[in-house]
Amino acid sequence: MKKFLFSFLCVLSGLLFGALILKLSGISPIEAYTVMWNGAISKPSYIAYIIIRSTPLILTGLSVAFAFRTGLFNIGSEGQFIMGALSAAFFGYFFNFNPWIQIPLVLMLAVFISSLYGGLAGFMKALFGVHEVISTIMLNWIALYFSNYMVLHDGFHKANTETSEFINPSTSITILENWKSSDAGLEWLGQHPLISDFLRPSINAGIFLAILAVIIIWLLLKKTTFGFKLKAVGLSPEAARYAGINVNKKMTQSMMIAGGLSGLAGATHVMGVSKNVAILAAHEGYGFDGIAVSLIGSNAPFGSMIAGFFLGALKYSGQKIQSALEAPSEVISIMIGAIIFFIAIPVIFERPINKILKLWEKK
Amino acid sequence: MKTQCVISCLVMIISSFSLAADKPIRVGMVTDVGGVNDQSFNQSAWEGLQKLKKELGIKASYQESKQDADYQSNLETLYDAGNDLIWGIGFKMADAILKAAKQNPKQKYAIVDYSFGDKTPPNVVGVMFKAEEGAFLAGFIAAKMSKTNTIGFIGGMSVPIIHSFQYGYKAGAKYANKNIVVLEQFSESFTDAAKGKAIANQMISKNADVVFHAAGAVGDGVIEAAKEKNKMAVGVDRDQNYLAPKNVITSSMKRVDNAIFQVVADLQKGSFKGGSTQNFGLKDGAVDIAPTTSKMIPASLIKEVEALKIKIADGKIKSPSTEAGYTTYLKTLK
Repeated sequence: MKKFLFSFLCVLSGLLFGALILKLSGISPIEAYTVMWNGAISKPSYIAYIIIRSTPLILTGLSVAFAFRTGLFNIGSEGQFIMGALSAAFFGYFFNFNPWIQIPLVLMLAVFISSLYGGLAGFMKALFGVHEVISTIMLNWIALYFSNYMVLHDGFHKANTETSEFINPSTSITILENWKSSDAGLEWLGQHPLISDFLRPSINAGIFLAILAVIIIWLLLKKTTFGFKLKAVGLSPEAARYAGINVNKKMTQSMMIAGGLSGLAGATHVMGVSKNVAILAAHEGYGFDGIAVSLIGSNAPFGSMIAGFFLGALKYSGQKIQSALEAPSEVISIMIGAIIFFIAIPVIFERPINKILKLWEKK
Repeated sequence: MKTQCVISCLVMIISSFSLAADKPIRVGMVTDVGGVNDQSFNQSAWEGLQKLKKELGIKASYQESKQDADYQSNLETLYDAGNDLIWGIGFKMADAILKAAKQNPKQKYAIVDYSFGDKTPPNVVGVMFKAEEGAFLAGFIAAKMSKTNTIGFIGGMSVPIIHSFQYGYKAGAKYANKNIVVLEQFSESFTDAAKGKAIANQMISKNADVVFHAAGAVGDGVIEAAKEKNKMAVGVDRDQNYLAPKNVITSSMKRVDNAIFQVVADLQKGSFKGGSTQNFGLKDGAVDIAPTTSKMIPASLIKEVEALKIKIADGKIKSPSTEAGYTTYLKTLK
């Protein structure tokens, strides 16, 4: 009950602060929030877009949250996302098996490669004491430029574009992709406008994979000795070492799993939504948003899931103020930032509320 | 409080009625990941819409894309907002526009810098620029200004849009001076300024004294190199003189704003040319050289350039935009 109250107050004050920012830049907050609310839930396709947008955020949030449980701050989620996306696009283009083999194979390869990439940072920390914040930030850029290099490589580069070749259709995890544009599908959808509207965006199986990952990570942390050891290292590496846990090994393993989760986010994004990878001028921010998701979700698996949906919805519907009310994107970013900021620091409410509750009990 | 609400509701309803009576055209645009303040074609496009807002009383709005994955959802946001025409700015949005146009056959779309050719859906207009005409003038000026008889061209990527700059520039240079040497290189990037600087320095060391770039932000490095070595540079897309006021002698400008203005003005007159690609050139004011050029080059040369402009606009000189076109063009020179 108390926890719920905290979260509620945090969201409320975040929204109020966002309203202040909107007001200061000459935009009516009530109108803006109405546009956002309608823009988030008034049509099935909006909900579908929010699900699509939330999928990578849930996974990168889970990745950051998981590493955090082992006492590691995984800033490298962005780079691991890129490695996962690149691997999925690469193998999705060069391999072409039956979908039942192709999809799991490409997913596994993407997760494997990105987990090695994440593990690299853990390995360097374990062996040489390189702080993971430093190494993962640098690995983000290496991933970005490696991806750009690969996209431009002959044989993989799609001529006359800034993107790679599209993945083979057998790699796609978009739901009912072929049926949607077939004659039979169009006829059936014509009679069912709501479902048709929901299926219009590239709604894909990634969300099921994300929820599955959340459950698996929760079980791993809660119900296995492996998870217990990881958490022990996170709480106190010295105590864990004294208790006979191989701390270095656990750090590497934790970063590998975190990297795999971020890589899965990249892979589902490529296989479900973009179908290729493009030259990146800068980081797209899926991984960095994952840090915010993890913070909002108090570094817990299910927390990351809810926070991922929340941030996805906020980012999707927030953009709509731009054309509706002519709000500059900077104002929208500041508003979203303010909301996240308040949600991520529940501490400021914790003490006053505890005091009030104590006074209440005395009466 | 309650009465206030009722009154404000009434006011809103009445005002929406009166709006419906005027029915101004609503036009929305989706930027690519550059955003609306990119100092390049996205910004120019938005300036065009704002000009339309002032002069023709249309309603204009924009949606910025943060990621490539945003194109589809942003196009739908503008579709749901009830726009008469939706612009996609930049060739990166081609796939998203095509998909949206097929899903909403009654909605009008337009795209900048891309042609669907014969496959243009009936509700889409493609807008292309005869960049080769602006580049022709730039090449002409570069060759006339060069003292070493050597000039350079740096392209972002070997793609058709950049080829039109490349061959237009070369054709203009050869028109001015048949024996001019044109060094060419692609930077394989539109963002890496350091690479642009390195390539430009290399060209300068090979005796080039004017360098032209068609490579986005790579060009910032090209211009910087020219500034440091005190050589001349030619800008692209917008007037880039402000980057190096003593060195950027001219810029081959693409006036996205003027092209957008014309398409929307046509729409208002009820003559939207759906299903086709419109090519805008010097004649339409959609490509030109920068206004600062007159400060940078001698007045006699300006006169020659003005005469050349008329010849191009009248079609007496056809600037080539492909390698094949360039080869045949060279034969006509002899």
